[in-house]
Amino acid sequence: MDFKDTPEEAKFRKEVRSWIDANAPKHLEAELKRASFGSSGLTSEDPIEAGKAWQKKKAEAGWACLHWPKEYGGGARTAMERVIWSQEEGPYAVLSSPFTIGHGMCGPTVMEWASEEQKEELLPPLASGEEIWCQLFSEPASGSDLAGLRTRAVKADDGSGDWIINGQKIWTSGAQNSDWGLLITRTDPDVPKHKGLTMFFLSMKTPGVKVVPIKQANGASGFNEVYFDDVRIPDAQRLGAVGEGWRVSLTTLMNERLSIGSGMSTGFPELFKFCMDAEVDGEPATADSGVRSKLAQFAVKQSGLKYTGMRAISALSKGETPGPENSIGKLVAGATMQELSMFALDLQGEAGVLWNEDSPQNGRFQAMLMRSPATRIEGGSDEILRNIIGERVLGLPGDIRVDKDVPFKDIPASGKGRS
Amino acid sequence: MNLDFSEEQKQLKEQVGRFLAENCPPAAVRAVLEGEQHHDAKLYKGIADLGLLGAAIPEEYGGVGLGQLELCVIAEELGRVIAPVPVASTVYLGAECLLHAGTEDQKSTWLPKIAAGEAIGCWAINEGSGRMRPEKVTASFENGKLNGTKSPVADGAIADFAIVLAKEGSGVSLCLVDLSGDGVERENLESIDPTRSQTKLTFNGASATRIGDAGDGWHIATQVMDKAAILIGFEQLGGADRALEMGRDYALERMAFGRQIGSFQAIKHMLSDMYVSATLARSNCYYGAWALASSAAELPLAAATARVSATTAFQHCAKNNIQVHGGMGFTWAFDCHLYYRRSNALALMIGSLSTWESLLIERMSTGNVEAAA
Repeated sequence: MDFKDTPEEAKFRKEVRSWIDANAPKHLEAELKRASFGSSGLTSEDPIEAGKAWQKKKAEAGWACLHWPKEYGGGARTAMERVIWSQEEGPYAVLSSPFTIGHGMCGPTVMEWASEEQKEELLPPLASGEEIWCQLFSEPASGSDLAGLRTRAVKADDGSGDWIINGQKIWTSGAQNSDWGLLITRTDPDVPKHKGLTMFFLSMKTPGVKVVPIKQANGASGFNEVYFDDVRIPDAQRLGAVGEGWRVSLTTLMNERLSIGSGMSTGFPELFKFCMDAEVDGEPATADSGVRSKLAQFAVKQSGLKYTGMRAISALSKGETPGPENSIGKLVAGATMQELSMFALDLQGEAGVLWNEDSPQNGRFQAMLMRSPATRIEGGSDEILRNIIGERVLGLPGDIRVDKDVPFKDIPASGKGRS
Repeated sequence: MNLDFSEEQKQLKEQVGRFLAENCPPAAVRAVLEGEQHHDAKLYKGIADLGLLGAAIPEEYGGVGLGQLELCVIAEELGRVIAPVPVASTVYLGAECLLHAGTEDQKSTWLPKIAAGEAIGCWAINEGSGRMRPEKVTASFENGKLNGTKSPVADGAIADFAIVLAKEGSGVSLCLVDLSGDGVERENLESIDPTRSQTKLTFNGASATRIGDAGDGWHIATQVMDKAAILIGFEQLGGADRALEMGRDYALERMAFGRQIGSFQAIKHMLSDMYVSATLARSNCYYGAWALASSAAELPLAAATARVSATTAFQHCAKNNIQVHGGMGFTWAFDCHLYYRRSNALALMIGSLSTWESLLIERMSTGNVEAAA
């Protein structure tokens, strides 16, 4: 057992470190490190422009999309090399967050399902950060039950083979900045829900596409509603066969869980620093046995996630593939963030209610309190993740799905049947 | 990076697991629970004959001369079957204390016997209720004689030697007592887990020799307990995993309302939370194993991390295993209560959960929080 690099890993790390040292936008480092939870923290520059600049620089030097083949603008690096890169990129990785969905989820889906010409056209500008992608999946009536979606795609009646899209998506992260979207639609309501879906991609500038930012509970607007009003797209923008959309979406969802869960922080180091300074009944907070007990439980969750990650890296380095057990990352981190931020505010006393620059740790815990409910839902809610662990790791029976063999049009929808 | 055991260590784990599955079925644990004996002597001899007790004892003292990582995998397997044997008292605490601070004479007298399974040890630190502190010690050691009472002492009923914390002058020291000598009284105590018995030891001028320097007793005991915390953490990990497995198997087998109960989300999610807590504990214990085997400066921090996490996981899994089993889980006939007993008994051994939680934060305050975070 050790935490050491192999000689090859050490050599690669050195190479990465010296490139980052020579090329990273160091003037932004302090600001990025102060990043309040759920934002890039950049105020001195436009985060999208700064992100594009950093991504372009990485692409030119061969450091973009390390998990992609070279012909599509990637780095064709091993899993271990990717881990080392992300460890060394540190706070600058936040700059590339506008591309997370494109690089982690849409790109791999396009790579698996699109034609060769489409891949050559779409993937390099995505890798180099010239274009941003979003994932048009969730709908108001279908979040966790994704296959219950209602956005319709029907063949145009002019014989062109084009598709006409009508409907609405929601919770679309980054749609307001996106150039392209990966879109799942219903093409056949007469068959059971998983069988009547079809996947497309489209330019977000296509006529009839309207993006409306959603003002969230925390006041920010990272998510959007996207409306489709007679949006016409050619059949060539279909990914996979008609009716095969569910199978295509699994490529995206599998990649989503891998990319969201890894390396999340629970905010424990900040909480601990805060507790070193805070006081309870005239004594340092860390001298209070109740505080210690809470802190210790947060600490072992944080370190448990950290070393679980290191065990996964150890497995990667032996050429093994991480499995569904990695679902615990987001499950534990999300719930811990929420509990931890509530505890931090409790220690701040009545002033914990305030959320300003004088709040301890620059208001980080207040920001975390107000953002963490979303963390427990996005990319698979706590309940969905528990199902995944229960069913795929522990081998328990699947949930009973009463709508499995029912034609989609006959499935009761929210609000219906109450007449 | 390689935060994993080697192939050889995994093979050892498998061998030990096979041996214990055969020689320590639940019936063997129940025989101790329900019988007059305080441990399974035949099993203990078998474990000794395999060389497991001497795994981390150097060859010059009759051991096998492997290392701490091997001891970790053995501990996990012992915990998995909640083996009713005094390995923690004798090996993790007794042998480790002698190796760490014993004189040549103490080592050469006791270590070969420990490795051969011919001498059982006990760790006599406690004096009554409440968290143990050196200021609370009333037992005393003077001119080679020991006086006072220690309670509770795990495995005191069957031990051949005791390591005792006692006042000496203005400080506290550790000393070694051959329990077959004069001036030793034992009284067996009832406890929540009779498969690892508890005893009150009273010393009336018993002959003893000091371990380490005078006044250094608490310091040495703390270092020994840190190492033991990681090994006991592995026992807890093995127990947590087994309790989870028992719950999972029952959820697959038991039908209610026309379905396997594991298909109900209330049950499925409870089992998935048990898995999460056992996984976090496993990762924290591996960190502890690394610190133990490499004698890292982070050892005290890693020990408290592993201990808090493993205690929490075993208690969580053992209590929810009963819940998954429903009423059957509360019957004497099912094995759930064996794990429930052991999880709660281990949670209190070498310092309770809140003691270790407090230690963890104290150690973070003085050390580098980034190391743990």
